[in-house]
Amino acid sequence: MLPKQMSSPEGESPREVLLEVDQVTLRFGGVVALDDVSFTLRKGEILGLIGPNGAGKTTCFNAMTGVYRPSSGQVRFAGTQVSGRKPHQINRMGIGRTFQNIRLFPEMTALENVLVGTDARHKTSVVGALFRLYRVKAKPEELPVVDAANGAVRSWQQVRRAFARVLGISRHTLEERAGEHKALELLRFVGIADRANELARNLPYGYQRRLEIARALATEPQLLCLDEPAAGFNPAEKADLLQLIRRIRDNGYTVLLIEHDMRLVMGVTDRIVVLEFGKKIAEGTPAEVRENPKVIAAYLGVPADAA
Amino acid sequence: MTDILRKVNDSRQRVTGGIGERWRALPRWQRWLGFAAFVAFLYYLPYLGIPGLVWLRTDYISNGTNWASVLFICAVYVLVAIGLNVVVGLAGLLDLGYVGFFAVGAYSVALFGSANSPVVHMIQAQFGMPKGWAVAWAVCIPLALVLTMISGVILGWPTLRLRGDYLAIVTLGFGEIIRIVARNSEWAGAAQGINGIPGPQGAPSPDNHIFGLLDAKPWYWLALTVVLVMVFAVRRLENSRVGRAWLAIREDEDAAAVMGVHGFKFKLWAFAIGAALGGISGLLFASRQGFVEPLGFNAQLSILFVAMVVVGGSGNMAGVALGAFLLAYLPERFRDFNNVRVLVFGLALVLVMLLRPQGLIPSRRRARELKDRAEEAPVNVA
Repeated sequence: MLPKQMSSPEGESPREVLLEVDQVTLRFGGVVALDDVSFTLRKGEILGLIGPNGAGKTTCFNAMTGVYRPSSGQVRFAGTQVSGRKPHQINRMGIGRTFQNIRLFPEMTALENVLVGTDARHKTSVVGALFRLYRVKAKPEELPVVDAANGAVRSWQQVRRAFARVLGISRHTLEERAGEHKALELLRFVGIADRANELARNLPYGYQRRLEIARALATEPQLLCLDEPAAGFNPAEKADLLQLIRRIRDNGYTVLLIEHDMRLVMGVTDRIVVLEFGKKIAEGTPAEVRENPKVIAAYLGVPADAA
Repeated sequence: MTDILRKVNDSRQRVTGGIGERWRALPRWQRWLGFAAFVAFLYYLPYLGIPGLVWLRTDYISNGTNWASVLFICAVYVLVAIGLNVVVGLAGLLDLGYVGFFAVGAYSVALFGSANSPVVHMIQAQFGMPKGWAVAWAVCIPLALVLTMISGVILGWPTLRLRGDYLAIVTLGFGEIIRIVARNSEWAGAAQGINGIPGPQGAPSPDNHIFGLLDAKPWYWLALTVVLVMVFAVRRLENSRVGRAWLAIREDEDAAAVMGVHGFKFKLWAFAIGAALGGISGLLFASRQGFVEPLGFNAQLSILFVAMVVVGGSGNMAGVALGAFLLAYLPERFRDFNNVRVLVFGLALVLVMLLRPQGLIPSRRRARELKDRAEEAPVNVA
């Protein structure tokens, strides 16, 4: 099962603020992509970020994950300033994300893609991988197994087991093994373990989308940002994805979801923030947002009698 | 013309195409045994006398070069190629100034190990060392390693923010800078270079019976041993978190960063490791030769190094080793052709690039990456 995250006990409210987007403005030359956008995200909730095309949803993600630096304003994660840090540092702080236009490592297998994610929490670097000097005392289940039928191979395995018992196991080996174990578990969790050893580029579209989620989860984020995870899905696949997002939340993750499909957003989110032309025009529960005239106008156009 | 060549190549592929697959399908112990036999053969190579293979020797032709010397140069170049492969093949950073690190390695053993070098004279004067004193060869090895790694970091720190062609241009400049600095600095021996570079047995002298000037066999065995150790080391890196990070950076640097890969750190490591390997090969080269001069480290050599990696198959250690061996060996073996030698060599390179742009033994992944790129680009070669 997916590793449970530390979360505050149920019913304790208001829950701790995890992410704070505070008056963020982002300009590209003369274009204002985000204009004074503020919202907060509490631990354990699913927040939907919606808006028409070009409203600035993905830009907002990019400002949060360090791809862009806000022109003004701040993004705070668990009380720490995020803006100005490098993407890998922000990942280490606990923000994981997927991409709207799938950006897997195409020539790596599904498993290897997730392994790159698990590596984010590993420590082995060049020296550790070369000399394997950091030894860790191995638990009994981590010792090399003796299972060969062939006598010679069997004695060799026994020698290795004896050595591992005395000298411990290198951190490199332990991390590789733990990473592989976790990666397979995550692939199972998102439901694509049957093609773990296939190249990412050869996977069907739906599998690639799920693989992106698995890879992001592998970095052990507290906050998972999903950028249109259901783009191009049929209704059945969307229903599956809805289930998956709920399961991710139930495991203690906080989810920020960009999505076009209103039904999906309404069905899964606790709160919704609506952007239009880089400005926040509404915020509230799905029911509130659905009734909000500004949102209706943004999505359906302004009715003739109101114009 | 190319059609005919392609047809020939296709029929060759039918014969040799499955070798890699069949090799990988063998049980592990059989592959180990095969590899051990191959290594034993490599150590035996200087005595090569198997009927039918004798013609491979470079001294088989009249006025041919000493066979063991050629083997030594081949081993040094293989080491260079393995180092450059870390940078170009694994991390995907095109380095056109690799000769710079080769030169730094060669010069560090020259400047600190030779009793004739201005640097050693300076140390002698400063610390009251006796005349003829110099840093021991064994001490020069870690010294060269550290100095080349530092030079790799110095080159990488400001330039690794650049990508693709821009990086290539800057590295090309780096190689030239090293050569020109050595050429114009009195402390580096200036244009006439430095002689009296020591080997494992100390400064060159007629009493050096093992690592002497005449017999190159021990030198070859030494270089071969270093190559094998380095192959083992790079293999370990490749199959670890580090190798995966390099691969992820090569495939999609931005996505890798968002997944927590510290791109700059791992690219810098690639540069430092590549530099260290280049430095070690430079050190071996200088020790065997006994002297260094700036002229020996020109940009042409850099291009040759990159050619070895590209011809052999960027990203695959067996491939780049083969590429380096061929590019060092063939010109020596075909000394008969004399004037047209370079022309034949150039033609051979063009042929390889036409028929096998991914290299002789490509990395499976790199081959696919190349193919994807070729398919994306709408080129019409008719």
